Amino acid sequence: MSTNPVERQQGSGSGSHQVLTFVLGNETYGVDILRVQEIRGWSAVTKIPHAPAHVLGVLNLRGSIVPIVDLRMRFALERAEYTTVTVIIVMSVNTPAGRRDFGVVVDGVSDVVDVNSAEVKPAPELGSRSATDYIRGLVSVAERMVVLLDIDRLIGRDLALSTGVDGEEALAASAA
Amino acid sequence: MTVDLTQFHDAFFEESFEALDAMETALLKLDIGSPEPELINTIFRVAHSIKGGSATFGFSDIASFTHSLETLLDELRSGAMPVTVALSDLLLKSVDVMRAMLRAVQAKQPIDSQRVSDLQFDLEVAIAKKNEPVPAAAAPAPDTAALATAAGNPAPGHYAAEHDIPPAKSPRWRIHFHPYRELLARGNDPLRMLRELAALGDLEVRVDAQMLPPLADVNPQDCYLAWALELPGDVAEDAIKQVFEWAEGDCDLEIERLPGETEDPAASAEPAPAAPAPTASTPTTTPAPTPAAPHAPPPAASSAATAPSRPEAVAKPEGSVSALGDSGSIRVSVEKIDELMNTVGELVITQAMLSQLGSHFDGPEAEKLRAGLAQLERNMRELQESVMRVRMLPISFVFSRFPRMVRDLAQRLGKQIELKLTGEQTELDKTVLEKIGDPLVHLVRNSIDHGIESPEARVAAGKPAEGTVHLDACHRGGNIAVEVSDDGGGLDKERILAKARARGLVGPNDSLTETEIYELIFVPGFSTAEKTTDLSGRGVGMDVVRRNVKELGGKIDVKSEPGRGSHFTITLPLTLAIVDGQSVAVGTETYIVPLISIVESMQLKATGVTRLSGHSEVLSFRGDYLPIIRLHELFGVEPRSRALHEGLVVVAEGDGRRVGLFVDDLLGQQQVVIKSLEANYGHIEGVSGATILGDGSVALILDVPGLIRAASMLAAA
Repeated sequence: MSTNPVERQQGSGSGSHQVLTFVLGNETYGVDILRVQEIRGWSAVTKIPHAPAHVLGVLNLRGSIVPIVDLRMRFALERAEYTTVTVIIVMSVNTPAGRRDFGVVVDGVSDVVDVNSAEVKPAPELGSRSATDYIRGLVSVAERMVVLLDIDRLIGRDLALSTGVDGEEALAASAA
Repeated sequence: MTVDLTQFHDAFFEESFEALDAMETALLKLDIGSPEPELINTIFRVAHSIKGGSATFGFSDIASFTHSLETLLDELRSGAMPVTVALSDLLLKSVDVMRAMLRAVQAKQPIDSQRVSDLQFDLEVAIAKKNEPVPAAAAPAPDTAALATAAGNPAPGHYAAEHDIPPAKSPRWRIHFHPYRELLARGNDPLRMLRELAALGDLEVRVDAQMLPPLADVNPQDCYLAWALELPGDVAEDAIKQVFEWAEGDCDLEIERLPGETEDPAASAEPAPAAPAPTASTPTTTPAPTPAAPHAPPPAASSAATAPSRPEAVAKPEGSVSALGDSGSIRVSVEKIDELMNTVGELVITQAMLSQLGSHFDGPEAEKLRAGLAQLERNMRELQESVMRVRMLPISFVFSRFPRMVRDLAQRLGKQIELKLTGEQTELDKTVLEKIGDPLVHLVRNSIDHGIESPEARVAAGKPAEGTVHLDACHRGGNIAVEVSDDGGGLDKERILAKARARGLVGPNDSLTETEIYELIFVPGFSTAEKTTDLSGRGVGMDVVRRNVKELGGKIDVKSEPGRGSHFTITLPLTLAIVDGQSVAVGTETYIVPLISIVESMQLKATGVTRLSGHSEVLSFRGDYLPIIRLHELFGVEPRSRALHEGLVVVAEGDGRRVGLFVDDLLGQQQVVIKSLEANYGHIEGVSGATILGDGSVALILDVPGLIRAASMLAAA
């Protein structure tokens, strides 16, 4: 799976690219399909100490240890029960330290849609920039608003919380 | 049919390089004056097998050189020549030359023949010197001499029959079969082999009974006979080789095709099968009489043995039996191992799934099913362990190159240096191992060149004249830590800073912390050495070190104290390493405590614990008082019980401190593969990594020193 920053920028540049959309509460979010490694059902995770609350723990993904983030908690939404339909989307994130895999827990996966980059609107500036800087833009697909996420920034922030120095570098680099 | 020998070249080079390493190690261990025979034998075997191999492949320069070397070594082996410092230096140089030659041949580049012939001359001189009146003159004649003479002019009766064979009209196979004495002891029966050959076609047999001793001296378990055999040319060569398949390494074997009238003899001459084996000799070689010779050399030692013009490629069977050929290992590509590992990983999870499923069944067959599943589980575990071990190698593979390097550098720089190696058995993944070598070489070189002062300067500074370079490896916090430290002068902060300012790397008014200053040495092109030596000081090095380490996902730290030495720590993540662990349960979580840090596990009585002022609990253990770390508190897990006497305490040790870890239960001991948490997440204090349990779930591996740090931070907070 090719996931380099160049491709990402091309994605946000011109033309259309594919986006995987998923549901969290009442909102629909989207991530670049090229970043999606796999989609799997919920299974119990192993807790990791001293982690931010939204980092639920780690899972074994075919031999590698992958941290799992609860996006509901990440976005300070109401917590939901994990059921058999709860889904984990495993994505790859680019950090200065290299590619890292992360799983995010979402309520459900909806669709893969083509998004024309010209139609992506920037997120309105509301309050502090840091609260929304992981939003790449908004786009409406079939009457619904989809929030496109910049997972490098979203997860880069988690790295900052979990690893200190490395994460700060990651954050600085991704903010640059 | 011609065998394409080039297909064996790679194996030959690889084996030869390894053998040279072994030879070097042995040379360094060699005591001047009273050399251990086994070491000399090791050295000899290397020279011998490289000679055999290179002759087989037609690398005549190497063969010729190793031949001279071998002759010299033989003198050592027979005790005719004492081991001196000069000689050991000469031999070490020979190792270098051989390596250089092999590299050149491997890269298909010309050999530096001047260097080779110079050294070869030195070797010849050394051999010749021996024959001058030295105390060793009375020693038994060198067996090479005997062999050389014997080989040079075949003794009468030896293969006398050979010349009687009428020139063949049609092509024929001629087979020279010289079993070593031990052939019978190794379970080979020449008679059976002859019978098999006879079955292939019209077999002509001539026996060479020359070596048969008087009846009284015959050891019935030894083989004294040799044979010259002929078979019709239409017999497949493979079929002939097959007959001798099991005797390879126990005999000298030549299979020659005698040309018919139309055949070109050069094209059909072929070396023996399994050519890379050191026993193989070229078709042009006259085989040495028998292995008996070296042990009972005829007294007719001639100084001809030392004459440089002696015919080359005298095959000598002894030593080759235990040479590389039967070292009991095979070469496998890393990809194959990785594939195997992945498959086994998947199997383990499938097996765990089956076991769970099996527990749901009832009925008469269910018991058998479960027994079978239990068996499967055991086998799986063993399989997994074995496969994982395949990839791991002790770091001694890298460390072993340093004694030689340090010795040479110290000699060249006129410094006295002791090299200390510890933690050599620390196992790490082969890929990491291969890449850590060069950075370490740079660091050690730097320590010797810049770090350790001259003996005079050391004495003047009140330090022992002999400096120490210490290489250490250990598993630490899910990483491999490799440390290179010296007790030299340390890094000169002022000079580094001055240099950086001169180069414009640092502004004139910037003030830097100590760490920042040390960081400067990793800047490309930065060097503080006042004079550039051929060792270091050219400004390449530290930046390369840093880059290599970073490529492995590791980091390098510097500590230095003026006058006391510097200390480089390379920390590398363990992509793969195995730890013997004890699984412990805390609430619903499973953790692995490395067995190496466990002192003892025990159950506490309700009264066994003292509560010190405030909060901390202390347990009395063998006259000591140990702080108790409640894992559930540290990790924020809900335990089964908070009462100390209802759980267990694992007494563990880290960084020289002992603590009691309070857990709910002990689960079992097993070897686990350390998986990095940092690959996708980050470092967690007190956790060295994670592992995947049989059921596919993840368990964290605890890092006891880290736990102690984390707990004391918690206590201090």
